[in-house]
Amino acid sequence: MEAIILQILNGLDKGSAYALIALGLTLIFGTLGVVNFAHGALFMIGAFCAVTLSRILQLSRTVIDDTQTDFLGNPLKVEVPYLHDMFGPATGDAIIDWAVPISILFAIPVMIAIGVIMERGLIKHFYSRPHADQILVTFGLAIVLQEVIKFYFGANPIPTPAPDVFRGSFDFGAAFGFDANSIIYPYWRLVYFGFAALIIGAVFAFLQFTTFGMVVRAGMADRETVQLLGIDIDKRFTLMFGLAAAVAGLAGVMYTPINSPNYHMGMDFLVLSFVVVVVGGMGSLPGAVLAGFLLGILESFASMREVLEFLPGINQIIIYLVAIIILLTRPRGLMGRKGVMED
Amino acid sequence: MFGLDKKHTNLLLLVLALVILAPFLLNPFPEGSGMAQFNAGYPDLMQRFVIFGIFAIGFNILFGLTGYLSFGHAAFLGVGSYAAMWMMKLLTMNIIPAIAVSVVVAGLFALLVGWISLRRSGIYFSILTLAFAQMSYALAYSVLTPITGGETGLQPKLQDPRILDGELAVGASPKANLFGLEMGASFEWSVGSWLFTFNVGYYVAAIAMLFAFYMAIRIFNSPFGMMLRAIKSNQQRLNYTGLNARPYTLAAFVVSGMYAGLAGGLMVAMDTQVGAERMFWTASGEVVLMTILGGAGTLIGPVLGAGMIKYMENIMSKINSTILHEWFAFLPDGLENFVVTLIYPFIGKGWNLTLGLIFMLVVIFLPGGLVEGGQRIAKLFKRKKPSSDTPDGKTTPAE
Repeated sequence: MEAIILQILNGLDKGSAYALIALGLTLIFGTLGVVNFAHGALFMIGAFCAVTLSRILQLSRTVIDDTQTDFLGNPLKVEVPYLHDMFGPATGDAIIDWAVPISILFAIPVMIAIGVIMERGLIKHFYSRPHADQILVTFGLAIVLQEVIKFYFGANPIPTPAPDVFRGSFDFGAAFGFDANSIIYPYWRLVYFGFAALIIGAVFAFLQFTTFGMVVRAGMADRETVQLLGIDIDKRFTLMFGLAAAVAGLAGVMYTPINSPNYHMGMDFLVLSFVVVVVGGMGSLPGAVLAGFLLGILESFASMREVLEFLPGINQIIIYLVAIIILLTRPRGLMGRKGVMED
Repeated sequence: MFGLDKKHTNLLLLVLALVILAPFLLNPFPEGSGMAQFNAGYPDLMQRFVIFGIFAIGFNILFGLTGYLSFGHAAFLGVGSYAAMWMMKLLTMNIIPAIAVSVVVAGLFALLVGWISLRRSGIYFSILTLAFAQMSYALAYSVLTPITGGETGLQPKLQDPRILDGELAVGASPKANLFGLEMGASFEWSVGSWLFTFNVGYYVAAIAMLFAFYMAIRIFNSPFGMMLRAIKSNQQRLNYTGLNARPYTLAAFVVSGMYAGLAGGLMVAMDTQVGAERMFWTASGEVVLMTILGGAGTLIGPVLGAGMIKYMENIMSKINSTILHEWFAFLPDGLENFVVTLIYPFIGKGWNLTLGLIFMLVVIFLPGGLVEGGQRIAKLFKRKKPSSDTPDGKTTPAE
């Protein structure tokens, strides 16, 4: 029992990341009909928003502290972040400590801007071109974005820690009446899952309960009719692209403490996220979320020692295997709509 | 000649001449001069030109003709490499059985993957092939370690059986050969300050490439190739005519898998080692880049694309800021530094950025790749419509 709960929990944080990226991919695909291979790069840029902000917050000036000496007996140079000057040492340190959550505020406008620029500047010109061209141009864009990030931040992973409060682990065992220490789960992963659930909920609520969302859903169902009603659907779809970019970016921001960001993290997630989208059903938002969590949890179950004993290596391929089986038995994916990418 | 019309015979002869003279053509700058770093006439790089040329030609038979975009072609290359390596370990260091087996094994694997993947088309097909390739990669890295060597990969070892080969001389290491002619052997010819290298391995690979190119021309011009183009232009209409597209696409998929296997086998023949990273999906992406960059659906395009990418990878990544400063030394200091800072992100380690940008520009403005670019320039100068029977891969429905 403990083992099963632990694996489900382990699957949740990866599943959350898959679900968020897949949600964004599906938003773009459902609205604009574009297969966006650069979506992983957006996830990666989100992560580097967090890195950038934490670096900005740590900008500091060097002062010579006469009261301390280094091992040679010279006065010690101490780095004093500007935040200390502005808010005093205690508040300044707290702000630096909370750099990753604060980056959310920073990342949202940046990601929306990047998304809108991307759509207006590049993707717009590819609506009438074949899907293969869309894949290729966004693939090229992903390479370019990756290399730009690599140029500025280097090729090595950059550790970006979570706030101190979340650094420990939560003992589910003690809290829920199992043996203590049997189910231990890092706080930050719980936060990540909660955050992902919040974002997913917000996106669905936005689409379901606002007029804007209603128009967008109508546009997804029948773009032409919406246009005939005198609604500028293109503008709304552009904004949806920005929103999808923001979702991917936020997934990246919050993922930095789990995995130190490097320039190719996006590509690693992208390949899996595409599989997730296809399993969930192209163009189906609930399908993308469901498949994301399902595959995340399945992957963590496949990594259990008991499973690996009689199916060695299954954890490496389970996602692809499931994708192949689903595509061959349920061509539309778990919750795919009729008429989407049927040819 | 060889059952080709005049135009294609000329094309084949042109490629033949280029391939034979490559050691001269790629070494235009004398040794020791400032431009010597642009020389590409060393065996390792020339071998890669032709091997990736084969890979791209094969990919083009699938993508260029049928329009099915496979994102997992590196898997066949990898499988072919492993098969060739095992032949070298078990049978003989002679490359003939190794390459033959690599082609056959890659073809069989392509048959399996294609049989499943080709049930779907469009993006689904891309994802399925990607999934298969990533699965092969993951398996080669983990469970199949006894066969694939896992992270370390495979190399020929002294204690391998090699039942057809005689005992190795004491102290000798097993080397890939063609009936005793070692792949690594080179004949060097120095003329003045130029040094030309003629490598056995390169010419073996070049012969394979010429054969592959010839076969591609035949396929492009055959009724089979016509059928593949029909699939690209309008599969639905083909179905309504009562023709089943599946056998044709599957055949194209297997043929292109065999090309990849040939490339994989040759890679092992040239450099006797193989690792799983050869099957990683970025390797599949690379062949897509090559084909598109050169011109998908054209005969010569993939070869050009492969050559260009491999050249850039090897030459551009060698340029560093010191060299840049030397080049722009004639400018005033401030301007020099400015220009160098401007160019620096695009060279050296950043050559991938240049590649990505060029690729994007090609996809946006030149969907036909470099070949289309060449045609447009030629058109500008000729002010005359070029002959319209070039297979440019673009087909328009009859309406």
